[in-house]
Amino acid sequence: MTDTAALPPGPAPQAVRRPRKPHPPAAPAKRVQFDRPLTPWLFVLPQLLVVAIFFYWPSVQAVNSSFYLEDPFGFGASFVGIDNYREALSSREYRTIAAFTAGFCALVTGLALGIGLLLAVKADKVIRGASAYKTALIAVYAIAPPVTGLIGMMFFDMHIGPFKDLAALFGHDLRVGIDYDDTALALVTVAVWKQIPYNFIFFLSGLQSVPVAVREAALLDARSGWRRFRDITLPLLAPTAFFLLVINITYSLFDTFAIIDVMVKDKPANNPMTLVYKVYLDGFKGNDIGGSSAQSVILMLVVAALTIVQFRLIERRVHYG
Amino acid sequence: MQKIKPLDHLILILGAAILIVPVLMAFASSTHSAAEIHMNGLYLAPGSEGVATYHKVLTQRGGFTGEVTGARMLLNSLILGVGFAVGKIVLSMMAAYALVYFRFRLATPIFWAIFTTLLLPLEVRIMPSYQVMSQLHLLNTYTGLIVPLLASATGTFYFRQFFKSVPDELLEAARIDGAGPVRFFIDILVPLSRTMMAAIFIIMFVYGWNQYLWPMLMTTDEGFFTLMRGIKTILQVWVGSQIPDYNEAFALAVLAMLPPLLVVLVFQRMFIKGLTESDK
Repeated sequence: MTDTAALPPGPAPQAVRRPRKPHPPAAPAKRVQFDRPLTPWLFVLPQLLVVAIFFYWPSVQAVNSSFYLEDPFGFGASFVGIDNYREALSSREYRTIAAFTAGFCALVTGLALGIGLLLAVKADKVIRGASAYKTALIAVYAIAPPVTGLIGMMFFDMHIGPFKDLAALFGHDLRVGIDYDDTALALVTVAVWKQIPYNFIFFLSGLQSVPVAVREAALLDARSGWRRFRDITLPLLAPTAFFLLVINITYSLFDTFAIIDVMVKDKPANNPMTLVYKVYLDGFKGNDIGGSSAQSVILMLVVAALTIVQFRLIERRVHYG
Repeated sequence: MQKIKPLDHLILILGAAILIVPVLMAFASSTHSAAEIHMNGLYLAPGSEGVATYHKVLTQRGGFTGEVTGARMLLNSLILGVGFAVGKIVLSMMAAYALVYFRFRLATPIFWAIFTTLLLPLEVRIMPSYQVMSQLHLLNTYTGLIVPLLASATGTFYFRQFFKSVPDELLEAARIDGAGPVRFFIDILVPLSRTMMAAIFIIMFVYGWNQYLWPMLMTTDEGFFTLMRGIKTILQVWVGSQIPDYNEAFALAVLAMLPPLLVVLVFQRMFIKGLTESDK
């Protein structure tokens, strides 16, 4: 398990099975190491302190306060056991939001991965203009979610937005911010738009690490482009795709917070939102610290499970020599 | 090799257009007046009001207390981006060095303690993090803005991976020459990691610059607002106004996206390498 650390998988090694040096998991990182009692502590201490104060302390506090009901006026808190959890999980509002979050995740992940893959496959094929396409397709990665939210909001705006006119052509009256489904559509569109470049970068580098010999052999074996893609390219890309799947789910759960916050602008009344947004609303706007913490812990469990799945996947494929 | 069909180019052009045109339109619209945008919608061609709008956004004191300018927010975003990237590189290089190059007890538990931070993003512990910051009196400080974001191990793992790929012979040679651990780190390992440091700097700068939720909670004093926070403010202000300041919002958006965009495009190759390659 100690060797699963690299976050993004290097696409190359798993595509070609090359012989690896045997490497027992418990072996030290280096054959030769310094043997000093104090020096390593000096080096690791800053990171440890930051992690302890800003990660473990708040995390423990989240778990702790999820079992308490805080007085809204700040007069202490009373222990309520798992009531906060029970309340959250049995509330209809929470379930609606959970259902929306699941659907939102599925849509964003599916579309962003699909479009990213399509563009990567095409960009891998062309020679002329390849770097221009690449630059154009990568640029949006650098733009922050709130900025994409702002741009998206303008495009869906009821007065100036071009999408309003586009929808009108099909006889649909687009009312983002007022109509639940329309807002959901806008959120998905912006979230997908923002994530395409990331998936594109990883798929393209996965494709380009397929050795020329394999490509040429494939060209001889399968004449049809679709078959070549299905039987050779896709299996070789599978590890990259699995990695991206987890990253995209995490993205649509958490990183879309800013997009939602900018686009629904503190008017959550009849608008869709994700579970993370609800944690924020209940905690900071509703002052329901216990309930918000319980929701945090539920989310923590979901993310932790996802991350463990991700690391197991990486571990199964990549072993560093 | 393969035949290239026009369809491939069509798909690519379409994809590139969908991604790029909204950005261009945001820029073009920021150079028109709010009234023009209000009447005609968004623009694809630049107008003539650009200089005035950007001058206004950068220098006009806005916000609720009327003391924060766009230039100030730009500076704060820069401090956050650079501070975060540098902090991340320093902390994680040192920690990775200890974990890879030293034999000491508790190395494994420490590794796991740091590793666990990858499990939970900041967003799920946002409320208690806020309370901790408030207890430490770190609200409305640059320390509070930057340091808590460093509590994630991504950088440590990049460097750990990199250090493990450095040949053992280097350390052996250095020891024969009588170099101690600090000497070896500064004179050999740091210069060797230059490319890696640059790649991580780019990724982390973009990450820090683009932070939204944390700065929003940490800063109530407008002197500490970043551009991302400014975007929220400008949208709150215009609710209910006659003609919203579309142009100013777009100008702010352009200011907020330009620096990371330039960094990523200029250092494209290095950035992609740093992002996708970690097992050298």
